[in-house]
Amino acid sequence: MALTGIQIFKLLPGTNCKKCGSPTCLAFAMNLASGKAELDACSDVSPESREKLSAASAPPIRPVVVGYGDTAVKVGGETVQYRHEKTFFNPTGIAALIEDSRDDADIAATVKRFQKYQYLRVGLNLRPELVVVKGGPRLAAAAKAVVDNSDLSVILYSEDIAALKAAAEALAGKNPLIGPATAANYKDVAAVAVAAKVPVWLKAKDMDEVAVLTKGLNEAGVKDLVVDTGARTPKKAFEDSVAMRRAALVGQNRDYGYGTIAFPAEITKNLAMQVAVAANLIAKYAGIVVLSDFDGAVVFPLLLQRLNIFTDPQRPMTQTEGIYPINEPNDSSPVLVTTNFSLTYFIVSGEVEASRVPCWLLIKDSEGLSVLTAWAAGKFSGDDVGQFVLKRSGIVDKIKHKSVIIPGYAAAISGDMEEELPGWKVAIGPREAAHLTKFLKEFTVS
Amino acid sequence: MAFQINTVKYSGKINVTPVGAQKINLGGQTAFPFYDFEGTFPNKPKLAIQIWDMDPGEGFSVPLAKAFEGVLGDPGAWAKKAVEYGADIVCLTLKSSDPNDQNTGAAEAIAATQKVLDAVDVPVIVFGVDNKDKDVETLSAVCEKFAGKNLIVGPVTDKNYKQIGAQALAYGHAVIARSPIDVNLAKQLNILLMDLGTKPENILIDPNTGGLGYGMEYCYSVMERLQAAALLQADDKLQQPIINMLGEEIWKTKEANQPTAAVPTLGDQTCRGVLMEVTEAVSLMAAGTSLLVLSHPASLKLVREYIDLWTDGGPVKDDGLPEVPITPIN
Ligand code: SF4
Repeated sequence: MALTGIQIFKLLPGTNCKKCGSPTCLAFAMNLASGKAELDACSDVSPESREKLSAASAPPIRPVVVGYGDTAVKVGGETVQYRHEKTFFNPTGIAALIEDSRDDADIAATVKRFQKYQYLRVGLNLRPELVVVKGGPRLAAAAKAVVDNSDLSVILYSEDIAALKAAAEALAGKNPLIGPATAANYKDVAAVAVAAKVPVWLKAKDMDEVAVLTKGLNEAGVKDLVVDTGARTPKKAFEDSVAMRRAALVGQNRDYGYGTIAFPAEITKNLAMQVAVAANLIAKYAGIVVLSDFDGAVVFPLLLQRLNIFTDPQRPMTQTEGIYPINEPNDSSPVLVTTNFSLTYFIVSGEVEASRVPCWLLIKDSEGLSVLTAWAAGKFSGDDVGQFVLKRSGIVDKIKHKSVIIPGYAAAISGDMEEELPGWKVAIGPREAAHLTKFLKEFTVS
Repeated sequence: MAFQINTVKYSGKINVTPVGAQKINLGGQTAFPFYDFEGTFPNKPKLAIQIWDMDPGEGFSVPLAKAFEGVLGDPGAWAKKAVEYGADIVCLTLKSSDPNDQNTGAAEAIAATQKVLDAVDVPVIVFGVDNKDKDVETLSAVCEKFAGKNLIVGPVTDKNYKQIGAQALAYGHAVIARSPIDVNLAKQLNILLMDLGTKPENILIDPNTGGLGYGMEYCYSVMERLQAAALLQADDKLQQPIINMLGEEIWKTKEANQPTAAVPTLGDQTCRGVLMEVTEAVSLMAAGTSLLVLSHPASLKLVREYIDLWTDGGPVKDDGLPEVPITPIN
């Protein structure tokens, strides 16, 4: 349970020494309660108080880092059931399963292929991050083959404790997630994890056993856990996923306060159906989803979905201001200018590309607003856009004509723009991007 | 003590909305999507296939052209094919009426609708081009001509609800109320329609669906909020089933139209488009849709199979599902 400012205040030294940067202990307590300060800023808290405070302020779903480098994934750490209540913080990790019975050359070729599924969008690199290496005696060698031939992070999957230990050691520094810890073996898995300082995934047979195993693993010294509830049908996997989130956030039940891993790969052999299962679980709370293989047709849709679901609903996404050449334009190609709302950019650039007309697309910073809103809010005014076209964008060095197309919804700025751009022609484009192809095909620069 | 899921109490439900002469029921759920541990779901989400009133010509997505080879340009044959592929409902879009295209009028809209009604025995949606004046022209005429046929017409917006809404009401059709991804505007439009006399069970909410990767999240969250208003607050102005026109959004994206050879890292073109459609369909079902308008028959098959698994439970039967080829890269 979260503590109030007053409850926190009672646990602080009360000396008002100001070392924390707050004028009084009470002010500091209030900041702690509202999440604006970190407990560590006060160096004088007694150990007993510290324990009470950190237990009370622990997040309801424990965040756990899996993997290393660019492909590290954070599982858990969520605070809401619906993205509009705040946001979802940690995008679901997307994994493919590789059996260690495959030889090293085959594994190397496969992960090199996986490595190529990377897509640049809105300034983000969308990619799947993880490989699950499953098996026994060859686990360490197979896991090595993954990290030696790609930068993908690894989840180890074996009930052979010696194999798990060897593989965890072989991946020193790569922070693999190891498991499954089950009712039969969890103490042994915990011992391996404690020695290697790595997180553990547990596999329960049902929701009851989840609590037994998380308690047992905690007692055995492992706190960084990821839960597989054991569900292997789409309906049950969905239901368990919702049950876990509700238990942690609504029930405030610490035994269920962990992120999850789900196995579409073990729910169906069919890759297309695995996408449907994974899409359901990405929308509904899974920390990691494991597929049986990757292909662009499989990962790309899920990466787009993940991007959408985990976008902060409070903050519009933006495209970097600048010049975007489309369809290899030259110095007599048309120039279009629009706002930097990422959706505007995507739709306009998509339509321009589809038109096959070579163009220069200028994106002007409008604080992430769409054309109509930006214009209404004065973030896409005639003098501002005119200045941008003439000076800031640098487009004049790339073209030998003097015309620019503005969005139909911003038609009202054309007069002001022409004043800023002496000798230029400001053409008014269509209101809807869908009509750009027709417009561009009929348009001639002057 | 055995684990028990924390449940929520709901005070409202989504209207049961019978559509078409066949009275296919939409909606009726009493809890958040698929949460059948705390509510009932009398009607699974229904699946429509979108067809055009004209030959889409060159710009049409290659995988769609292939799936409907031989019937493009004949709305009756296209509708029949859609039903053979398993569509519960056919969505005829009056593409040729677009003033930026052929700018056809009421007579052509009536002729196309007639062909579809003659060809199939499922509910029919007649959908305009989201141009307020053109849609009034075509849909008003269609409403009158097909009096009593229980069509579903749309999109009806705050700019033309008076004309189209009145015609639909007068001649016994349901309407699709489209508002721009906003809970309050959706409610306002429903109130306007109800003030006009439209029965609540003759309205479907169209939240204006964004494509996967192209703004789906806005629509997703508006739908979750619509469900919360309808079910938790029992807001009877928002208890209409939701319709999502998503197929078209998917297949107009750049990525769905790039050939396999041009971008091998995006995989097989048909599979890619289909799985984009499936991924968005599953997302929108998780957010509370009652009716999905799809484009590709393979998407429909997969989504249908998934709805059954999600509702009825049990293991996946792998047989007969489309296989995804792994596209080699270099
Ligand atoms: S550092 Fe600690 S003791 Fe000093 S004022 Fe801040 S809260 Fe109080």
